[in-house]
Amino acid sequence: MSVLVFVNPNEGIFPKSALEVSTYGAKVAKMLGVDCHAVTYGNVSDAELARIGNHGVKAIHRASGLDQPDNGQLSKVISTAADACGASVIVCSHDLVGKAVAPRLSVRLKAGLVTGVNALPNTDGGFSVTKPVFSGKAFATERILTETKVLSLMANSIPPEEIGGTAAVQELSGEFGTKKVTVKEIKKYSGSIALPDAERVVSAGRGLKGPENWGMIEDLANELGAATACSRPVADIGWRPHHEHVGQTGVAIRPNLYFAIGISGAIQHLAGVNGSKVIVVINNDPDAPFFKAADYGVVGDAFVVVPKLIEALKSFKG
Amino acid sequence: MKLLVCISKVPDTTTKIAFTDGDTKLDEKDVQFIVNPYDEWYALVRALELKEAQGGSVTTITVGGPDHDPIIRKALAIGADDAVRVDAKAQDAYYTAFQIADYAKDKSFDLILLGKETIDYNGSQVGGMLAEMLDLPFVSLGSKLDIADGKATVETDISGGSEVLEVQLPCVISAAKGMAEQRIPNMRGIMAARTKPLNVQAPADVTPLTTITKYTLPPSKAGVKLVDPEHMEELVRLLHEEAKAI
Ligand SMILES: Cc1cc2nc3c(=O)[nH]c(=O)nc-3n(C[C@H](O)[C@H](O)[C@H](O)COP(=O)(O)OP(=O)(O)OC[C@H]3O[C@@H](n4cnc5c(N)ncnc54)[C@H](O)[C@@H]3O)c2cc1C
Ligand SMILES: Nc1ncnc2c1ncn2[C@@H]1O[C@H](COP(=O)(O)O)[C@@H](O)[C@H]1O
Repeated sequence: MSVLVFVNPNEGIFPKSALEVSTYGAKVAKMLGVDCHAVTYGNVSDAELARIGNHGVKAIHRASGLDQPDNGQLSKVISTAADACGASVIVCSHDLVGKAVAPRLSVRLKAGLVTGVNALPNTDGGFSVTKPVFSGKAFATERILTETKVLSLMANSIPPEEIGGTAAVQELSGEFGTKKVTVKEIKKYSGSIALPDAERVVSAGRGLKGPENWGMIEDLANELGAATACSRPVADIGWRPHHEHVGQTGVAIRPNLYFAIGISGAIQHLAGVNGSKVIVVINNDPDAPFFKAADYGVVGDAFVVVPKLIEALKSFKG
Repeated sequence: MKLLVCISKVPDTTTKIAFTDGDTKLDEKDVQFIVNPYDEWYALVRALELKEAQGGSVTTITVGGPDHDPIIRKALAIGADDAVRVDAKAQDAYYTAFQIADYAKDKSFDLILLGKETIDYNGSQVGGMLAEMLDLPFVSLGSKLDIADGKATVETDISGGSEVLEVQLPCVISAAKGMAEQRIPNMRGIMAARTKPLNVQAPADVTPLTTITKYTLPPSKAGVKLVDPEHMEELVRLLHEEAKAI
């Protein structure tokens, strides 16, 4: 028996999410008294693979021949590795790839799936795990009824832990099928930090009055090393690009620090940001609903407060 | 082109969430139910646009009891040709996907569209499961979709950008924001929906793989700490020393 984590390299590098699932998998393996294995694919350097070992994984199965596999192929790669190491629990990241692969895997292995889990399972007399539901307004505890379990882990649910271990790497061979979904083109947004990965986010809403006023928002984001985001109406009227829209119908994020500037705090907006660790609200209306969801608040005019905050950050950094 | 769109029922986005029966069930008192926004605004509307441009038919499918009929009629009012309801409570995503797969397996749909997730359970499960059950390719979270020469071109947002994917029909695609614009049903659509076929089917026999045992509400925030707008150095200090966020 073992726990198996799927670590997905991005251009040969393991992102933070891969270190999070490794740490999570290693902890579940410890609870069950078994080893944690990992499965990956493609051309990844030994140094990168060593980082996975350093986060608690004992063995890595790598299908090195695959290049940009689609989700059908990946589910075959993972299930082949699961067979090879007798995995009873399989963990993916709850990201674009994980959201496509985990459900396929669940059907392939007839293994119950819980997506977007945010905590370690409870293994007393069964296997239960919690996840946010109703767009973060509540949590559900789900029990998995099958022998084999599949989980996808919500980002920022567990800090990666380096434990100084090493992992043996072995080649994974098998029949992984043909590629049905091909990548034609990749477009990169210029310069900015990608929103779903950002540790800090500075977000602004209709209170900013117009797109010409976003300069100070970008300056604040730069000062903090943060990504920029916005409320839905701001993206809908075209003040900001659509990929910056956060909330129930936009991107859901859970950064360590979220600044909401001139955003009223409608429930659909909160649904996409209420997983943030620390929320700071700047709004000139003391009755803005967002203050109820905030850790820190500043009642004031954004056009006065934000420049002052930028100055304060500059002198803090010296 | 033969299109199938999966339609689910969810509490309205402004619902105040509370639970009953020892925190095992959503308290449905005063809850308004709507079509899951991703299913309605994006998957269904894009399916209708494709049909209008290229011909064909749009069928919807819903797994649920008779209480789902109002939201199914709404989908018909927006423009779907006919609807199927599998008469069973959706127990988990596996159960739901199995019912849809069982219906679709011998109907040769060219394209099956779903929402990226339901806004109640936030699963993102049914689409991938359905694709695996039907042995079809799957593209998740499409924000743009075009069909030409028997191929789908789908754009999806990736970290820091977007990618354009190509896949042969038939396939399963889940829809995210951007794929279409919301359509408000007009009077004629609402009248027509009353007489469009809504076929009720008995469920296939399958056991769910997971079950929800309890709901909990998040701990309430300690309360906002207000900082004087004149003293932003105080906010910086709090974020550094107290919140340890910078
Ligand atoms: C089904 C559905 C889904 C939705 N999904 C989303 C979603 O995903 N994301 C989302 O964001 N919204 C979503 N919405 C919209 C949401 O309900 C709100 O309408 C929206 O979030 C409001 O945006 P806002 O706060 O920028 O604007 P407003 O509500 O207009 O608020 C502007 C705020 O700025 C403040 N302000 C004004 N001037 C200043 C100043 N000088 N300094 C400081 N503050 C100032 C005001 O006091 C006010 O609080 C959805 C709505 C529906 C019905
Ligand atoms: N009971 C249901 N009946 C029909 N389709 C459903 C049902 N539940 C979910 N779906 C579809 O599957 C998508 C993803 O749902 P989920 O995997 O539950 O997040 C939804 O957006 C719907 O398109």
